[in-house]
Amino acid sequence: MTAKTKFIIGGAIILAALAWLGFVGFQESKAYYITVDEFSEMKDGLDGKTLKLAGDVVAGSIDRSTPQMEFVIASPKTSIRVRYTGSGIIPDTFKDGSKALVEGKLEADGIFNARHIEAKCASKYEAEYDDRTVS
Amino acid sequence: MANFGNFCTLLALCLSLYAIVAALTGAFRQQERVVRSAERAAYAAAGCASLAFFSLLYLLLADDFSIAHVASSSSLSLPVIYKITAVWGGHDGSMLLWAFFAAVMSAIALWQIRGKNRDMMPYVLAVLMVNLSFFLALSIFLSNPFQELVRVFPDGSTQPFIPADGQGLNPLLQYWAMVIHPPILYLGYIGFMVPFAFAVGALATRQRGEVWIRATRRWTLWTWLFLGAGLIIGGKWAYVVLGWGGYWGWDPVENAALMPWLTATAFLHSVIVQERRGMLKIWNMVLIAVTYLLCIFGTFLTRSGIVNSVHAFDDSNIGKFFVYYIIIVLGVTLILIMDRREYLRGERRLESMTSRESAFLFNNLILVVACFAVFWGTMFPVFSEWIRGVKISVGPVFFNKINIPVGLLLLLFTGIGPLFAWRKTPSASIKKMFLRPVVAAFIVSAGLLTGGMSDFYALICFALCAFVITAIIEEFYRGARARGRSAGESFPLALWRLTWKNRRRYGGNITHFGVALLFIGFAGNAFNEEATGYMRTGDEMRVGGYTLKMAGLIESQTADYRFGELHIEAYKNGRLIKTLKPERRIYDGQSTTVVGLYSTPKEDLYTVYTGMTEDMRCEVKARVNPLVFWVWAGSALMFLGTLIAIGSKGS
Repeated sequence: MTAKTKFIIGGAIILAALAWLGFVGFQESKAYYITVDEFSEMKDGLDGKTLKLAGDVVAGSIDRSTPQMEFVIASPKTSIRVRYTGSGIIPDTFKDGSKALVEGKLEADGIFNARHIEAKCASKYEAEYDDRTVS
Repeated sequence: MANFGNFCTLLALCLSLYAIVAALTGAFRQQERVVRSAERAAYAAAGCASLAFFSLLYLLLADDFSIAHVASSSSLSLPVIYKITAVWGGHDGSMLLWAFFAAVMSAIALWQIRGKNRDMMPYVLAVLMVNLSFFLALSIFLSNPFQELVRVFPDGSTQPFIPADGQGLNPLLQYWAMVIHPPILYLGYIGFMVPFAFAVGALATRQRGEVWIRATRRWTLWTWLFLGAGLIIGGKWAYVVLGWGGYWGWDPVENAALMPWLTATAFLHSVIVQERRGMLKIWNMVLIAVTYLLCIFGTFLTRSGIVNSVHAFDDSNIGKFFVYYIIIVLGVTLILIMDRREYLRGERRLESMTSRESAFLFNNLILVVACFAVFWGTMFPVFSEWIRGVKISVGPVFFNKINIPVGLLLLLFTGIGPLFAWRKTPSASIKKMFLRPVVAAFIVSAGLLTGGMSDFYALICFALCAFVITAIIEEFYRGARARGRSAGESFPLALWRLTWKNRRRYGGNITHFGVALLFIGFAGNAFNEEATGYMRTGDEMRVGGYTLKMAGLIESQTADYRFGELHIEAYKNGRLIKTLKPERRIYDGQSTTVVGLYSTPKEDLYTVYTGMTEDMRCEVKARVNPLVFWVWAGSALMFLGTLIAIGSKGS
């Protein structure tokens, strides 16, 4: 057997092992990434699947009085109540009006159970001005 | 000043476009005079791009809020240092920074080869100027930092608008690491255009030998160093400012910079095989092209937000220009390589599995697979949306599943590669070289097993680190002892001279030592401990062998923000070790975290004050992160080793 053949066989074994690990990792961590509106449209097809829901945090909806923080996120048409059950730190950018991405599953009580939250703040000026130049 | 900046950017674009045309015309018609004119145009473009950059800097320092970029990323009360960093605080400014760096670095690269490599000059010049033109064009037409702020009325008419004060720089970016992180990372992104341009130059002129590799060795190493430093400084910032407890989260923005680093690392190694053995010529061309394009792609990922947001691709018009550019450059390069494949034919074949060449090949294979896995995981949401209409994202589990074994394999080859000889290692030599490192690996794993460590990957990792470190120390020891004997030098002097005379080789060894330390730091992740406490003054909580006692809370404010600073006394075995002061700052509309950190080589005690509950208890997240220190120490050693290797003049 030439060294080249040996290298190809060795490489193929490594690739196959990594591909398998990649497949397992993919199955374990894949999440459907959709907006709240899309979620309400295709709810039935997504039973029990891990989701990443994107929406705006409804102003005044953040409730920290319970042990697990609850809040509401909304797309233009629909909204959904979210309960945060993760142990990670809630990002500093998470607040009323920020764009949030919550990862988790819908529970039987109709509340979305989020294990992980990401948030991006909406720009302060955006609503009032547009920064296009006069042309 | 804004008009002046715009004018300079436009002039720089015209000059660089002229330089492309003149360089290629000069090359085809063999008119040296025309090529010289193209060179001068490139220098002038660098001058104009610099002026444009400094105009933006001036606008920021002068608080000219009529400019949208200034109004959105600076404010009157912002300290001067952050006004400077506000240049790249927004999308448009960072494009200009890119163009400015690209222009200046192109000029430096051209200046360096002005006297030699005249045949390659026009093509190198043309490639560098195509790169520059692309970013200048983006800066002018799509993301112009000199645009005025305007008010838009409901009927669609607009009117200039000058706010009394700017919005200020995002407080998360107001930290020392964020002052230097973007420019360093950008130097790391941009620098690869130089070896890429030389590669294309070598292809176009069917250059014999490895001139393009030798000519760009230092560029490649410097750029690799900057890219690595950018990654690590970014990690440090995430660790200390974002407060989630780690330094790496497989975020698309992080992955964007990791991918070219991986292929560049492969390139650094595989060019050695070409230099020494005349093999892998096509592969090296492909690797440098891919590295360069991944740098462009990284900028695109970071700036277009294509992955981070749901369905962002439609509304980001800048994204598609990146895609066109990448496809065109990739296409042209592949056609060139295909056309010149005869000239790129390898001079030798792989002779044995137990050879340096074969270790390098495996190193390359693993690095490229790692890059592909990161690419796939990062881009999967985009691909799945294209193909199935629904975005599917993958989490850190996916990246870790692949990249932990990949990293360990890489560590293994870091250890065995340098022990192999070129062509074929005699079996007697294998026994001699491997004996002590293997014994060290066994001793370490046996010690850890009896100590009760059960994490499989961590165990392997520590054993491999012992292997690598022993092999490196042995190499230094053997070399210094032999030199000491033959030259009659004392051991320390021989060690110093050995390293200094063979900077490339021993610099590489020091870098590998740093890699082993880095992996010790990574392995620490397997043993992180975490706890959340809700405390009033006098209350205690426990985490990983520490007792944390809340000693008090100070609430006050500065001109820019309100803050709450917790005083937490950390006790271990009943003894006070340090008073940690995690802080929470609340700016107008945004809060940031200052982590309370006690760092030792053994472990970090990491505390974050996350806020107050309704019954006035302070919520504290505390973590014990073992061995994080070695991540910073290992990367510092990698940079030192690289600097030593850069100093050498080549083989």
